[in-house]
Amino acid sequence: MAQEHNLAIFRGKLKFKDNQSKIWGVFILLSIVTAIEVGLGMLRPEALIHTKWFSFIPILEMTPLTFIFILLTIVKAYYITWDFMHMRDEVKFLRRIIVWSAVFYIIYFVVLVLLEGQYMYDVLTNGFIKFDF
Amino acid sequence: MEATVVKTGTEGKTWGGANKPLKASYGKLMLWIFLFSDSLTFTGFLVSYGLTRFRFADSWPIADEVFNHVPFFHSIEEPMIFVAFMTFLLIFSSVTMVLAVDAGARMKQKMVTLYLFLTLCGGLTFISSQAFEWSTFIKGGYGAIETKGGNILQFVDTEGERVSIHDFALADNSEREVHAKNKGLWYVGEPSTPTEVSFNQVKEGFLANDNILVRVQDKDEYGEHIILSREDSKAKFLEEGSLVVEGANLIHNEYGHRLFANYFFFITGFHGFHVSIGIMLLFTVFFNTIVGTYEKRKSYEMVEKVGLYWHFVDLVWVFVFTFFYLV
Repeated sequence: MAQEHNLAIFRGKLKFKDNQSKIWGVFILLSIVTAIEVGLGMLRPEALIHTKWFSFIPILEMTPLTFIFILLTIVKAYYITWDFMHMRDEVKFLRRIIVWSAVFYIIYFVVLVLLEGQYMYDVLTNGFIKFDF
Repeated sequence: MEATVVKTGTEGKTWGGANKPLKASYGKLMLWIFLFSDSLTFTGFLVSYGLTRFRFADSWPIADEVFNHVPFFHSIEEPMIFVAFMTFLLIFSSVTMVLAVDAGARMKQKMVTLYLFLTLCGGLTFISSQAFEWSTFIKGGYGAIETKGGNILQFVDTEGERVSIHDFALADNSEREVHAKNKGLWYVGEPSTPTEVSFNQVKEGFLANDNILVRVQDKDEYGEHIILSREDSKAKFLEEGSLVVEGANLIHNEYGHRLFANYFFFITGFHGFHVSIGIMLLFTVFFNTIVGTYEKRKSYEMVEKVGLYWHFVDLVWVFVFTFFYLV
């Protein structure tokens, strides 16, 4: 059990002296990210919700705020998996088997299903089908 | 056993299982595979939620208006506060869990017990918070009118503030006809939970108050629900209104589109189910730590495996939080 822990985060820029202090460091990081999310969620700055980015790409037409939220979520997911679930300490190919497969399937599902959702929106909004009687 | 096992002659060699290329125990590896497949189950839930949001992009309810209750503070309506508390709670219980795993690696029974106890407290508080969230969601607040087409009409005053249908409904003395089998659908009974106010009471109250307007599901270009003028409100209500909705269930909900409540119940319910299973597992390892099972086994790997599951629950919540409450 007594395995070695990799005690550096941010690609080695921030090193901790032992495992406990690394855990608290990651906790502080996650708390800051959550606080930013909650702050933005409460304020909803006009500049970030009244424009849309990437309106020429089908499912990526979203407000900047949505992009920020998704990005921060992925940051949180990374640190939970890497430091709390000790993915950082596992063998490289155990990491790849789990993470690459999951990421591949998730992107695949998200793209397929959201494209379908947008198609349904277009057909039922601009088509000649009446669904509200 | 000995008789049924075929010896391959490779025991102790690479192809006989002596080599552990992933340097993880069987249990841990299989738990990772399980978590991978479970993450795809949650992906299925969340992408179907995404499909529905894309499909009803211009009429989906605004989460900030729905989830704005805080327990013990009935007067304030602040979105995000309570769900932010729940998120912090789950992250914090993840921290105590990983500290328990760390203490286990150093064979410190007392520390493991303490940290597992804190994790259990965090998990139980989280599941209670979710119960509160569900009960306020089911009970509802303002009430609404559903149209024949299944859309929700909500009521606002001239400043755009929400108005509860209970505040303006007038007493109505007309008698309510009890549903009988020989009138209408024979297989449909009386509704089991009649609403507090009837449709006619809301209608009379609405017609008597000139400052009450109808807010429809459709949104304008800035993502705000459209508020109709008084004339349009009247026309909409009289032409299309058909029944009173209070709170939420799987068929009707007062917050907006019907599927909104369904996805809320299924996604947070499935996550809450995972939390409940996690609490049971945590209790088991907590008990085993106290009686010293892992001291005798000289390994706290079971704590680590339950920890992996518990962090996964936290990981899923991070995504549910973003896509249900923030976006």
